[in-house]
Amino acid sequence: MSVEITTPRFKDNAKKALADLPLQGALSKVGPGFIGKRAAAAEKLPEFDALRDSARDIKNHTLAHLDLYLERFEAKAKEAGGHVHFAVDAAEARAIVTDICKRLGAKTVTKGKSMISEEIGLNDHLAAAGIQPVETDLGEYLIQIRGEAPSHIIAPAIHLNKDQVEADFRRVHAHLPPERDLSEPTSLLAEARGELRQKFLAADVGITGANFLVAETGTSIIVTNEGNGDLTQTLPKAHIVLASLEKLVPTLEDVSQILRVLARSATGQDMSVYTTFSTGPRRPGDPDGPGEYHVVILDNGRSSMLGGQLREVLRCIRCGACMNHCPVYHAVGGHAYGWVYPGPIGSVLTPALIGVEKGRNLPNASTFCGRCEEVCPMRIPLPKLMRHWREKEFERHLTPATQRFGLGVWGFFARRGWLYRPATRLAIGALSLLGRTKGRFAALPLAGGWTQHRDFPAPQGDTFQAQWRARQAERRAASGRGVH
Amino acid sequence: MSSRDTVFASIRAALGVTSQEAPRRQAVADRIASHPRGVIPARGQLPEAERLALFRDMVIGAAATIDHLASTAEVPEAIAAYLRSRNLPMTILRGADDRLAALPWERAPALDVWIGPSDGRQLAGLSHAFAGIAESGTVVMLSGPENPSTLNLLPDHHLVVVDAADVAGDYETVWDLIRARYGESVLPRTVNWITGPSRSADIEQTLLLGAHGPRSLHVLLVGGPTR
Repeated sequence: MSVEITTPRFKDNAKKALADLPLQGALSKVGPGFIGKRAAAAEKLPEFDALRDSARDIKNHTLAHLDLYLERFEAKAKEAGGHVHFAVDAAEARAIVTDICKRLGAKTVTKGKSMISEEIGLNDHLAAAGIQPVETDLGEYLIQIRGEAPSHIIAPAIHLNKDQVEADFRRVHAHLPPERDLSEPTSLLAEARGELRQKFLAADVGITGANFLVAETGTSIIVTNEGNGDLTQTLPKAHIVLASLEKLVPTLEDVSQILRVLARSATGQDMSVYTTFSTGPRRPGDPDGPGEYHVVILDNGRSSMLGGQLREVLRCIRCGACMNHCPVYHAVGGHAYGWVYPGPIGSVLTPALIGVEKGRNLPNASTFCGRCEEVCPMRIPLPKLMRHWREKEFERHLTPATQRFGLGVWGFFARRGWLYRPATRLAIGALSLLGRTKGRFAALPLAGGWTQHRDFPAPQGDTFQAQWRARQAERRAASGRGVH
Repeated sequence: MSSRDTVFASIRAALGVTSQEAPRRQAVADRIASHPRGVIPARGQLPEAERLALFRDMVIGAAATIDHLASTAEVPEAIAAYLRSRNLPMTILRGADDRLAALPWERAPALDVWIGPSDGRQLAGLSHAFAGIAESGTVVMLSGPENPSTLNLLPDHHLVVVDAADVAGDYETVWDLIRARYGESVLPRTVNWITGPSRSADIEQTLLLGAHGPRSLHVLLVGGPTR
């Protein structure tokens, strides 16, 4: 599915999402499901936080030496009989994949879940070339038959309920008896298994993403629970791996560190069911496995992120913990973000990949509560990076005029302490006096955007700065008297 | 300029490097050569009896089942008993692995044993694991002429023999065992870590077993202290 970018319409998207009852029903399960499972898994492993530090350090080291580890990966993958292709942008990556499929005369390709495939809009491109792409991750299959984009990095169909899935299966699997029972998730899963089993066996080429690329051995790794990616890459004539360049890790030991935090952060499992390490094509004497093995390494703007603050984003291992813990994601779901990557990671990655002009709404869609950074296994400072984008937006004059004016006025006072203190005391005092009966305001001049949806609490006393000074003075006086 | 050159040039420009800096090259070479272990959980470093007990607990925790057998001689009967208890036909497909070939199959005369890769039509497959990993209840499967990868994925029921002596505490121990077998920096075509049977929670976050891979994973742990 090639995704139309609706990120510039984030506010409208969010408004629609908030009014969408089935979506709100599905979203209400996101927090309760994921948060407790992650917390329990982290709790059970005393070394969890030490492993997060280790994982962060490994990726920092890798990114600082990325050119050299990429060279090593390429050499080792070729040594094992694989092919390594580099793609500067999405169009080039699509062309490389399509050319391989055409050369092999592929009619259908099965696909393991790949965010890079979504990012480059591969499926539409394959279909246009007469090659039928079949998504095999259950969630990806569901959104493919609905013509939708994923709404979550690891649970792409989390916005759907089982009645919607049943309706889609009845529509798409029209060759099956109409009277069959599909009322339970088990029967839906069984039907998908049966349908997709045929596709796995018939596919000419299998395309997967990569959770990691290991420089030491020239190996690509996928992590799944369903076993779909593993079947996708084992059965067809060729296996094509789509990976962005920051998937590199130096050694097998290094990836083992990161794998220990990946599943725990994502689903609360100690380890996902299938962690599959692939190195080259089928070897002499092997009874199965793909005859060709290709790795397409995509840049698409990432290399330029290495130069500044955004390098930290490239540590991301796509576990989804940030969105699982995000109050904004819980409220509006993934589609509102308007492109491929939702949630806090989407808010920092999307402006980098599609440009701050189109992506500027996302870094603003945050309460800065900081939960994303708290749970990120790679310790990515997501709120700080959202602030980075807000600064860029301001620098490039993309911020709306009223907001710029407001910030300008505030800045004028804030830079002049002798003026700021009396001015804020005056304003706070006035508001406190005006709001003393109700304790809140239903409407305020210049704050209509706020008060349209909720009351503004009336200040209860003096300004923070004044209160702070008073308390400090009190403490000094108290310690002066020898009282502790 | 090829796309490859463009990508490398862009990375180097952003990092402010040329690729010729000796200390950088040395740091990379050293890390690959020494492949340092990082943080190993305490639970990955237990003595043998506790390690096997943890392996067993973690296998069960991952929704797989396990039989702990005193010797390999008991494996054929244990397989037959498993198939019978699940009302499955007395047929199993296995790889050409010598350790499986050497089992006393005559002790389960009703069992029909086939050899080869799976084409998706078999209900039960049998593999020999290269190793087990106690810290997560994982079995490690290596592809090769004797070990078809399809056996790990296509049959509804996957039965895996694990020698208790091959149950490691942690992943790092297994990487060293693989290096000892295949050489430094070389892996078999496919290494499958398998932790429990296939599952999906993609429909309303309801966890269901048997998505695309095996619906059941049954571990036959052989030897070592039993409890």
